[in-house]
Amino acid sequence: MSGLAAGIRLAHYDQSVCILEKHWTIGGLNSFYRTNGRNYDVGLHAVTNFTPRGTKKGPLARLLRQLRFRWEDFELSPQVGSAIAFPGVRLGFNNDIDCLRSEIARAFPAEVDNFERLLSQLADYDDLDQENFGGSARAFLAQTLQDPLLIEMILCPLMWYGNARPDDMDYGQFCIMFRSIFLEGFARPYKGVRLILKHLIKRFRSLGGELRLRSGVESIRVEGTRAVGVVLENGEEITAKRILSSAGVIETQRLCDNLSQLEPQKAGQLTFIESISILDKQPKDVGFGETIVFYNDSPHFHWRPPDEQLCDTRTGVICSPNNYLYPSHSGELEDGVIRLTTIADYQRWKQLDDKEYVRAKMWWYDRSVASAVRFIPDFRSHVIDTDVFTPKTIRRFTSHDNGAVYGAPDKQLDGTTHLSNLFLCGTDQGFVGIVGAIVSGISMANMHCLRDPG
Amino acid sequence: MTPAEIRDEIIDILSEIAPDEDLSGLQDEQSFREQMELDSMDFLDIVMELRKRHRIQIPEEEYGELASMASTVRYLEPKMANI
Repeated sequence: MSGLAAGIRLAHYDQSVCILEKHWTIGGLNSFYRTNGRNYDVGLHAVTNFTPRGTKKGPLARLLRQLRFRWEDFELSPQVGSAIAFPGVRLGFNNDIDCLRSEIARAFPAEVDNFERLLSQLADYDDLDQENFGGSARAFLAQTLQDPLLIEMILCPLMWYGNARPDDMDYGQFCIMFRSIFLEGFARPYKGVRLILKHLIKRFRSLGGELRLRSGVESIRVEGTRAVGVVLENGEEITAKRILSSAGVIETQRLCDNLSQLEPQKAGQLTFIESISILDKQPKDVGFGETIVFYNDSPHFHWRPPDEQLCDTRTGVICSPNNYLYPSHSGELEDGVIRLTTIADYQRWKQLDDKEYVRAKMWWYDRSVASAVRFIPDFRSHVIDTDVFTPKTIRRFTSHDNGAVYGAPDKQLDGTTHLSNLFLCGTDQGFVGIVGAIVSGISMANMHCLRDPG
Repeated sequence: MTPAEIRDEIIDILSEIAPDEDLSGLQDEQSFREQMELDSMDFLDIVMELRKRHRIQIPEEEYGELASMASTVRYLEPKMANI
């Protein structure tokens, strides 16, 4: 996704661009697969950063302008409403911050003023300016809010949707995620992420860009301090003036054939399983009308890889693609779908043999759903089909080490690498989510390939 | 190009960058940033479009000249006189 966005920018300004996609399908983590005659989205629970038509500020408006799309093109329908559920407390929120405001006034009346203070501090954060990115989000929140439970509840969705670091979060990432989820919000195209991908590819090709599928990069050719081209898995060599890599920071370094000089960097650890349930009716007809529910079953939010098991079901995200305000002419989605995301451990999943793997998928489907139905109505008697994707699936789609969904904890915000003409885009550059991936591709193309056309 | 033609060209570029924007009420003396909330990426786009369409090179230290319509037209007039 970030690569396509960068490609559109560069092709628009008449550069010769070739996008190399390892798989037979596009989109990296923001992709989809088909099994049992049904389409399953991977990645996309929601498009975050949703702002209404006519909004001039924010990442969505920015990417539409940069890629010359109209707001209507992405056919985004806003969420119905979501919630953060902890034992005994539930905070609802939607795409209007007043909803969360009033929920906090109801559940945490002593925090009303502190929350306003928090909002005003966040309003000034500029996501194109990297200087204040570092620092602890927990420390910042502890200075602003009094009630530890409210801090945990606010962090829960933000970490779930974009934190590569266990336990704590970079201050900058916190600000970006807070805005994308609470101040802007969730939306989804009726036809899913495919629609956005389709638009990006069509535009890229119409500008003369070349997209090659099943063209994995075996290595990046290096001469001195420059990358001179890539070697594909089939042996073909392609030369290039500049290379943008969305493979991840460590993964990209590994592709370079002068690896020995590099300092080892830490790969991300946070990865998931996702349990998908197809229901015999719409989720709202079994009592689940919310768009996304982030739950955690104790007052402290556990955001770290599982200690001993394949998964940790104490926290999770429940969502339904059905629960968006789709236009009346689209109607409802055909299948009732509930998706449930649970923290998992890549290494343990990887070690399973084929038989154990299949069994583990079934076992953890049951465990994770049993955990989730403590926070939403029990839908299990309506399930007609299920699928589970695991850290192994995520690894296959993203090529990220450990299947780390949000990549490495230490982001390379300026996209530079040890080579002067090799740059990163996508997750490890810093922006996450669909809008984040697109903005990442745009900003890296602007910064490194357009300002100095060389 | 005459100043009026340069203005039309800039309007055309702005309408490509921001197709949802109504540009009929644009105030020439007021900054683009205030009226359209353009950010640094958008200014890069104005520069890039001028380069693409007319091969005009604008050095990065002179991007500030593009703050408003009036200043942009003034700045581009000598550069676009022979186009």
